[in-house]
Amino acid sequence: MSDGPDLRSPSRRRVLASGGALVVYFALHPRLVLAQQQPAAGNALPGSLKNDPYVDAWIRIDADGRVTVFTGKAELGQGIKTALIQVAADELTVDPARVAIVTADTERTANEGYTAGSHSMQDSGTAIRHAAARVRELLVECAATQWNIAQDALDTVDGVVRAQDGRTLAYGALVAGTSLHVQASGPARVRDPARHKVVGTPMKRVDIPAKVTGGVAYVHDLRLDGMVHGRIVRPPSPAATLRDVDDVPVKRLPGVAGIVRDGSFLAVIAAREYQAVTAMRALAKAARWDERPTLPAMDRLFETVKALPARDTTILDRGTFPGSGALIEATYLRPYQLHASIGPSCAVAYFSDGGYTVWTHSQGVYPLRDALAEMLRVPKERIRCIHMEGSGCYGHNGADDVAADAALLARAMPGRPVRVQWMREDEHAWEPFGPPMIDTVRARLDPSGAVAEWQFDVWSNTHSTRPGKAGNLLAATHLQQPFTPPPPQPIPQPEGGGDRNAIPLYNFANARVVHHFIPEMPLRVSALRSLGAYANIFALESFVDELARAAKQDPLEFRLRHLDDPRAAAVIRLAGERFGWKDYLQAPGRGRGFAFARYKNLGAYAAIALDVEVQRETGLVRIRRAIAATDSGEAVNPDGIRNQIEGGIVQSLSWTLAEEVTFDATRVTSVDWGGYPILRFNGVPDSIDVHVIDRPGQPFLGTGEASQGPTAAALANAVADATGVRFRQLPLSRARIRTAADAT
Amino acid sequence: MMKLTVNDRAYDVDADPDTPLLYVLRDHLHLNAAKFGCGLGQCGACTVMVGSEAVFSCLVPISVLEGRAVKTVEGLGTEQAPGPLQAAFIDEQAAQCGYCIPGMMMRAQALLEKNAAPTEAEIRRALMPNLCRCGTHMRIIRAVQRAASIKSGRSG
Repeated sequence: MSDGPDLRSPSRRRVLASGGALVVYFALHPRLVLAQQQPAAGNALPGSLKNDPYVDAWIRIDADGRVTVFTGKAELGQGIKTALIQVAADELTVDPARVAIVTADTERTANEGYTAGSHSMQDSGTAIRHAAARVRELLVECAATQWNIAQDALDTVDGVVRAQDGRTLAYGALVAGTSLHVQASGPARVRDPARHKVVGTPMKRVDIPAKVTGGVAYVHDLRLDGMVHGRIVRPPSPAATLRDVDDVPVKRLPGVAGIVRDGSFLAVIAAREYQAVTAMRALAKAARWDERPTLPAMDRLFETVKALPARDTTILDRGTFPGSGALIEATYLRPYQLHASIGPSCAVAYFSDGGYTVWTHSQGVYPLRDALAEMLRVPKERIRCIHMEGSGCYGHNGADDVAADAALLARAMPGRPVRVQWMREDEHAWEPFGPPMIDTVRARLDPSGAVAEWQFDVWSNTHSTRPGKAGNLLAATHLQQPFTPPPPQPIPQPEGGGDRNAIPLYNFANARVVHHFIPEMPLRVSALRSLGAYANIFALESFVDELARAAKQDPLEFRLRHLDDPRAAAVIRLAGERFGWKDYLQAPGRGRGFAFARYKNLGAYAAIALDVEVQRETGLVRIRRAIAATDSGEAVNPDGIRNQIEGGIVQSLSWTLAEEVTFDATRVTSVDWGGYPILRFNGVPDSIDVHVIDRPGQPFLGTGEASQGPTAAALANAVADATGVRFRQLPLSRARIRTAADAT
Repeated sequence: MMKLTVNDRAYDVDADPDTPLLYVLRDHLHLNAAKFGCGLGQCGACTVMVGSEAVFSCLVPISVLEGRAVKTVEGLGTEQAPGPLQAAFIDEQAAQCGYCIPGMMMRAQALLEKNAAPTEAEIRRALMPNLCRCGTHMRIIRAVQRAASIKSGRSG
C-alpha cells in the first residue's frame, strides 16, 4: 500500500486509497451551525428547523449555482438522500442533478437525533422544504432589489430568478450578494404542489449506481492509508467474564500488531483483515471464561417475563364497561427477534492528537458521539462521527457497538485508522434483540355485532437502549471499569415504544389500554423496526378478525364500521378492491387475510391483503399474492414508498413465519443463519402489488415501518382462513402449523 | 506469491494460500463489490464467479484458484458504462441497502451465462443460496428477467 496523505493533519483533504472514488473533506467547510443552538422564539418552526433555525444549516448554494443539501438524517438504504434531493430541487426550482447532499456528520450537519421512527421525511424533509423555500425567497428579494422591481413580478426557474421581461439572474450570482445565514422565523411560502416537477415522480435513487458497480458505497469499503484491522473476541455468553488468556502465541502470528485487553473486552489488531480473523480465532481458543446460567428457560419465556415487576400506565381509558354479552379473550406472543443485517456491523476509527474521527453506520451520530465521549473520557468536541452507509439495519443493531469497539482499538493504536467488522456470530448473538411481548385482548360484542367493550394489555421491555450514554455501548459494559447501562425507560405516547399502536384507531366507545412496562431485561434488547407496533398490530388486527368471525361479518366491513377516519377507510377499500376481496373464491387449503393500521396512529396508513396456500402435512405457507394500499401523505418518491412497503411485507413475513432467537440457560444459541433462518427466494410471495395514494399538499407521514404490523396479522388471518386454526404465538413456524394440523 | 486472474487481469498476491478469496479481493485488490456476510457459505453476499460457476468467495482459498478466471461485479461494467445486468438492476431500482446485491448479481450472471432465458421459477431456484434482508426479492427477480430480455434482444 502507498503511504498516502498524512493522517495526522485533520484539516487536510484526503483522498482515500480506494481508486479515488470517495473524497473525504475535513473541516473544509466552516462549521455551519452549533448543534446545541437553541430554537428561535415562537417555536413554530416546521420539522427539524426547530433543532436548527438557520437556513444555511440545510441549504447552501455555490457561486456556480450548485446546491448542497445538509441533513442530519442518515441513508439507511431507504432512499432518503434521493427523496430529500427531490424536495429541495422542487422548492428551489433547480434540476435535481445539480443538487448534492451531505448526510449525518457531527461537524457538518444539524443534530437531528436518530434516523428512526419513520421520521426522516417529517423532520428533515419538512425542514429542508421550508429552508429551501426561504432560500428561494431570499434570492428573489435580492434580485428584486438589484432590478428595483417588485418581488411579486419575479419567478424562479431552473436555477435563475426571472423577471417578466425575460431578464434573469442566476442563483450563483445572487448568493454573492445575499447571506443565507438567516434564521427561519416560521413556515416559508412553499411552492404550490401543482408546480412540482420531481416531487411525486419515481426519481431513480442516487445511491444505487455505486452499489451495483463495486463503488465505495459502505463504511465497510472505507480504506484509509495505514489502516489496520481489528476483530473482537466476544464473551461466549451474556454474563461471562474473562478469567485469563495466554496471548503470547497469538502475538507471534503473522501481521498481529497488538492485543487489547480491558476487563472482559478482548480484541486483536492486525495488518491484514484475514490475519485479524485468524488471530481472533486463536485468541478465542486461548481465552478462558467464567460463565453463569442467567437466561430464562426458553419454554417458559413469556411466563418469566410477565412475572417480572412492571410499571403500569393506562394509556387509554374511554367510556364504561357494562359487562353485558359474552367475553372473548385471546393472548398473543412475540419472541425475541433479530435485526439480522446481512452485513455484520462495521466502523473505522482514527485517534490522533487527542481527538477521534469515527466513520459509522449508526442511526444517530450525535448521540453516539456523546456515548463515545463518556466511554473514552474525552470532551465530545474532540470526537467527530461521520455517517457512512452500512448494511440495512432496521433499527438499533450492532452499528453503535462496533463504533465503540473501533474507538477503543484506535485509542490503543494512535495514528493508525482501525477498521473493525463483526463476525456473523457477533451480530447474531450480540446485537440488541427485539424484545419479547405479551398482548392480551378482551372484548364483548353488542347484539348488532359491534364492539361494545375493548380491553388491551401489553407487557413489554423497553424498545430503546440506544446510545446517549456509554453504558449503552456493549464494549463499555465489558471494560475493567465498566459502565452500567442507564435504567431503561418507556417511550411515551403518542408514539409509544412497547405500547406503540396498542391504542386502537377504531372508534370503540368503551376501551381501555394498559401498558405494563417491564424494566428488567433477561437479554439485551432495543429498537427493532416498528418497535411494539409489530406485535401490537399482530394482536389487535388478529383479534379484530376473530371478532368479525364471531359476529359473522366480513372482516373489511367490520373494520370500516368501526372507523371514522376517511383516509383509513380509503386504504382499506383500495386494498380490498385490488385484491378482489368480494369475488374471492375459497378453495381447499387456500385462505385470504386482511389487516390495517396507521403506524403510531399518526404516521402512514397501510392495508394489506394476502392470499395464501397452506400445506397442512408440511406446515408450509405459500403466499400467492400480497396486495397493499398505503397513504404516506404527500408522496415524494412513489417508487421509494413502494420499495419500503414491499420490503416491509417480505421482512415481516420472514419474522412472522420463521424467526425466533434461541438460547439455553447460559448462551444464545441462534448464532448464524442456520440457527436463525430467514425467508429465502422460495418463501417470498409469488407477487406483491403496492398501491400508493398520493396526497399532494398534505404533511409527509413516513413509510419505513408501516407494513410490518399489518403484514403479520394479515398472514395469521389468512392462515386461520385456510386452516380453521388460529395461531397467536409468533412465529407461525412450519412446526407449529404442522402440529396444529395434526391435532385437528 | 500467488497468481490470480480477476476480471481478466493478472495479479500477484502476497497472501497466505489458505486466505479465502473474499479477503484477497477486498483487502489486497481493493475490489468492493463482494461482501462479507457470514463466512459460512450461508448468505451469498460474497458470491463471485470462478470459471462459469457462482461460488462463495468467503469459503474458497486462493490456493485452488491458480489458472482459473475469477469474475466479480467490477467485471460487469462501471458506473459510467454499466453492463446489461447492472443497468437492469438500476432500471428496476432493485436495491434498498444493496449489501446483498453484488452477490445476487454474480449468481444471476452465472445463471444467465448458462441459460439466456430463465423462467421465474429458475431464477428463484438459482438465487436460493443468497439472502436479502430488506425484502427486495421481487425487484431482484424483475432485474434478472430484464437483463435476460436485453441480452436476448427482446424489449425490456
